[in-house]
Amino acid sequence: MTPAEIREEIIDILSEITPDEDLSGLDDEKSFREQLELDSMDFLDIVMELRKRHRVQIPEDEYGNLASMGSTVTYLEPKMRDIVAA
Amino acid sequence: MSFADRTSQLPDDQRIVITGIGLTSPNGHNLEMFRESLLNGQSGVRNYNIRYVGDTLAGVCEFESTKYQSRRDMRRGTRAGTVGIWAASEAVARSGLDWANVDKSRVGIYIGVTEHGNVETENEIHSIKAYDYDVSYWSHHHNPRTVANNPAGEVALNMGITGPHYTIGAACAAGNAGIIQGVQMLRLNECDLAIAGGVSESIHTFGIFASFKSQGALASHQDPTKASRPFDKSRNGIVVSEGACLYILERLSDAKARSANIIAEIVSYAINTDATDFVLPNPERQAQCVNLALGRGGLVADQIDIVSTHATGTSTGDSQECLALRTVFAGCDNVSFNNTKSFIGHTMGAAGAIELAGNIPSFQDRVCHATINVDNLDEECAIPGLVLNQPKERNKVDYILNNSFGMLGINSVVIVRRF
Repeated sequence: MTPAEIREEIIDILSEITPDEDLSGLDDEKSFREQLELDSMDFLDIVMELRKRHRVQIPEDEYGNLASMGSTVTYLEPKMRDIVAA
Repeated sequence: MSFADRTSQLPDDQRIVITGIGLTSPNGHNLEMFRESLLNGQSGVRNYNIRYVGDTLAGVCEFESTKYQSRRDMRRGTRAGTVGIWAASEAVARSGLDWANVDKSRVGIYIGVTEHGNVETENEIHSIKAYDYDVSYWSHHHNPRTVANNPAGEVALNMGITGPHYTIGAACAAGNAGIIQGVQMLRLNECDLAIAGGVSESIHTFGIFASFKSQGALASHQDPTKASRPFDKSRNGIVVSEGACLYILERLSDAKARSANIIAEIVSYAINTDATDFVLPNPERQAQCVNLALGRGGLVADQIDIVSTHATGTSTGDSQECLALRTVFAGCDNVSFNNTKSFIGHTMGAAGAIELAGNIPSFQDRVCHATINVDNLDEECAIPGLVLNQPKERNKVDYILNNSFGMLGINSVVIVRRF
């Protein structure tokens, strides 16, 4: 997956977790929490969805990398580089 | 008008009245629609499919769920929470309460459930099958969704209620048990408003269907609308349904102080136990429960106008309840008996509350809704006064007695009076 494809995948996961939110104007450099109504259970949903969809394992002490879209894509890029986008 | 029952003699702060009703039923998502369906013979049972069991029948509720709950919270929570939030919000909206200024720390939520947690547990096990049963794929939402207080807790979260909230597990007597808990907590001054009744999400658990099927107690019929047929010779079991019905209960003194529209008064109740079998009913104990409620309210059987029966459409259950009712109501020529499950199936934890609600408009229109789908009345169920297939107009309706029984031998009765 390319960084753009990873971003698209995260948007798809977020749209499931926060179906009432408009994600079209999401700023990649601002934290998710600044822009969306997300709590710790929602972040665990992102972790779980990545695990279920792509078998990507994210250790608990690395959850901090999921703070913003930019940091999430940067963190996931090496882990998802070899995954072929559906 | 004055009444002779014992509750009428109590001080107003010990008398408990209904000032709001919110519900969703398979044949109506508010009391007016539900009542109209009951008077018009409109069933809410349809074809239904659920994993592993396959094609079957169920009562399914349709309502505008996003009216009171975000899609995010719906995803986060349970169906029991969603139907509960709908019923609680509708009850408040119809109560005339100035909700924004109600002290939420003095509101109690008491919700009866037959079971809770089966739906989510089944879903998770089904989900991790795709991952070779690796439990690292098990949802972190499982525990908050399956704790027994979940349906009441979701109502509290949604409505900002900070008083006590919990569920009452009472099998299929739970709807009545929730109401009774609300009455007791108001009398004990544990709260000033009680949101009380019952909910059910049971159509979303295959285990309920499969277990009734294994027991030989799951209804089947070519025409879904005719599948739930209590008292009929050809009845062959239960139609499982979802639903919710919650009441706003207040002390009469408080209701008067805010000039509330008082719908009815809860004048008595009783709960007892068979202690004889896991599943089979005990008509002697059922009769004792009805008599206990009558006696506690200072009432005698022929003062009751309508008896809302529990009968579910099983061979033994229906006839045994009728045996109990024959004992209690022998010689009472003016009592009308009906059954709501014949229209909507068995709404499980909601049944007691929802079946009472459908009868409450009788205080105004003096019509007893029928029991439908009785083509050949079973002689064992032929109690005098049974209202069959067409509604019956009555000269008066002052008292309604509501039966609701459940597995492990729990029996419950609630008696309400016109106000």
